[in-house]
Amino acid sequence: MEIICCIKQVPGTNKVEADAETGVLLRSTAEAKLNPYDLYALEAAFKLRESIGGTVKVITMGPPQAEAAVREAFAMRADSGVILSDKAFAGADVLATARTLADGIKKSGSFDIIICGKQTTDGDTAQVGPELAEFLDIPHIANVRIILGIEPSNTGHIRVEADMGDYIETFDVLLPCLITVDKGAYVPRLPSYRLMLASASREIPVLTAADLPGESEMYGLKGSPTRVKRIYPPDAKNARFNIGGSSESVANSLLNELRNLKFI
Amino acid sequence: MPELNINIQDWKGIAVYIDQTEGAVHPVSLELIGKAKELSAQENWPVYALMIGDGLESLACEISASYGIKVYLCEHPALRRFLPEPYCNVFAEFIHMVKPSSILAGATVIGRSLAPKIAARFGTGLTADCTALEIEENGGLVQIRPAFGGNIMARIITPAHRPQMATVRYKIFDTPEKINGVPSVTRFSIDESLLKSRVTSVSYVKKGKKPDISDAEVVVALGRAFKSQKELALAERFAELLSAELACTRPLIEAGLFDPTRQIGLSGRTVKPKLIVTLGVSGAVQFKAGMQNADVIFAVNSDPSAPIFDAAHYAVIGDVFEILPIFIKQTESRESHV
Repeated sequence: MEIICCIKQVPGTNKVEADAETGVLLRSTAEAKLNPYDLYALEAAFKLRESIGGTVKVITMGPPQAEAAVREAFAMRADSGVILSDKAFAGADVLATARTLADGIKKSGSFDIIICGKQTTDGDTAQVGPELAEFLDIPHIANVRIILGIEPSNTGHIRVEADMGDYIETFDVLLPCLITVDKGAYVPRLPSYRLMLASASREIPVLTAADLPGESEMYGLKGSPTRVKRIYPPDAKNARFNIGGSSESVANSLLNELRNLKFI
Repeated sequence: MPELNINIQDWKGIAVYIDQTEGAVHPVSLELIGKAKELSAQENWPVYALMIGDGLESLACEISASYGIKVYLCEHPALRRFLPEPYCNVFAEFIHMVKPSSILAGATVIGRSLAPKIAARFGTGLTADCTALEIEENGGLVQIRPAFGGNIMARIITPAHRPQMATVRYKIFDTPEKINGVPSVTRFSIDESLLKSRVTSVSYVKKGKKPDISDAEVVVALGRAFKSQKELALAERFAELLSAELACTRPLIEAGLFDPTRQIGLSGRTVKPKLIVTLGVSGAVQFKAGMQNADVIFAVNSDPSAPIFDAAHYAVIGDVFEILPIFIKQTESRESHV
C-alpha cells in the first residue's frame, strides 16, 4: 500500500498579530511547528502500514523551512518526503493549494491512499482535502475516525468509520482515495531522536513550479480565485464588560446579555 | 477540470444548500436562508434553495412556502443519504442550470465535504466558517472570517470567479421568520450514470447523546463555592436553562462532587465552547489554561479582584447564590409566557 500523507507547517502559536494601520501580518515572532491535526493523519498512515505493509510518503507545500515538518515526520518513521516550494506558490488560497498539491502528487509517483489531517490550525478551513480529491478525480470521505481495514477483501476498497455529525457511518471507499482524519482512535506517537539522527541525511526532493504541469499563473496568489481585501484586528471584544449592583439587577443584566447573545 | 470563463453579469441570485439527512434539516440551513434573503434584497435578487435526497417533496414545499423562496429539488433512491460524488454531480447540474452568483452552505460535516468539491470542480473560491457576509454594489460577496485563531479578521472577495462560495457555522445568523407563502418547487434530475459512487455506505448508527464537556457548545463551570447538594441543584437548573454541560474545578473533584471527566484545567480537560459561565471560580492559572479560548466567557464571583475576571469578557460581580435563584425565576417566568 502506497500511502501519502499531506502535512503542513503552521505557526507555533495562534498569537499572530496584524498591524492595525497597514493590515500587515506580524509573523516574525511565531515559531513554526507541524500542524497538530496532521499528527493524527500520520498515525493513521503508520497504523495502516503496520497492518498491511507499504510505505508512507509525506508531502508538504511551503517555504524552504517546511523541510523541518518533513524531518519531523521522518523522526516518526515516515519513509520518504516531497517538498513543494517556490515563490510562485506563495499566497495560495484553498483552490490554488489543492491544485498545487494535486499536481505535485501526480508528479511524484503512484499512490493508493492519501491521508490528510482534518484541518490546519492556521487556515482552519478543513477544505483542502476534499478539493484535492476532486482535482485528482478520486473519491473522498472526510472526518474519518478510524480505518477499519482493506474490506471487503479483494475488491480494492478500504473500510472507514466517519463522524458524520448526527451519525457514525461506515463507508467502503474504492482505492485510490483520499480521507481526512479526525482525532478519533489515533494517539500520535512521539518523534524518535534515534530516527531523527538516522534520517538526518535522507534527501528530500523539492518540486518547484517549473516541475509542475500548469503555467505558474495556476498556482499561488495568481491562481487563487479569492483575494484577501483587508485584514484587521478583531473588535476589542476582550474589553471587559462589568455587571454589578444589587443581586436583582445583576441577575437581570446577566439574563439580558445571555439573551442578546442568543444563548437563552 | 473546466475553468469557466466567467461573465459575472450572467450569475444572479443567492443559493442555499439545504443540509438534511433523511428529511432532518440542519437548522444552520434555515439561518442561511434568512441571511440570503437579507443579502439579496439589496440587488433585488432571487434566493434559491437546493435540496438533494429522496422523499423530500413535502419538506421542499414547506421550506419554499415558509420562507418565500424557490426550491430546486433532485430526488432519487441513490441520493437517500449523502455521498460526495453523486451529490456533487447534482449540485453541479443545479449550478449550470441556475447560475447563482453566490452559494451558501452550512459548515457541517456534509457542507465541509460537499462545498470544497464543488469549488474545485468550478475552479472557484470558497471561504470556510464565515462569521459575517456582505454584498457589494456589484453583487460581490464579502466573506468575513477570523484568521489565525481569531486574532485577525479577514475580508475576502472573489473578484473574477463565479459562483462565490462560503460556508457558515451554526448559530452565526438568525433563524428567519416564517411567512405563509405559496410553494414553488422545481424538480430536476441528472443522468443515471452521474449517480454512481465510488463510496458506499455500509452501515450507520445515530449518535447517542453522550455528554462530554470538551464537545459542549455551552459549559457552566463550578468552583469551590459549591459545597452542598442544594447549591449544586441551583447550578444544575441554571445549566439546564442554557442547555449547558456542567463542569468544575479540581477541588470539586477532590470533594467527590463530580466525575473527573468533568474537570476543566491542565490536569483535566480543555474546553473551547461558544459560551462558558464560571460560577464561584476564583481562576487559578491551571484552570484558566483549560478554558480561556472559549468564545464568550462570563465569570460570576463575589470578589472583584478574583483572577478569573482577567480571562472574562463579562465580569459579573455578586453572590452567585443570590443571583442564581433570581435568574432562574426570571427565565422560567419569561419562558412560560411564550
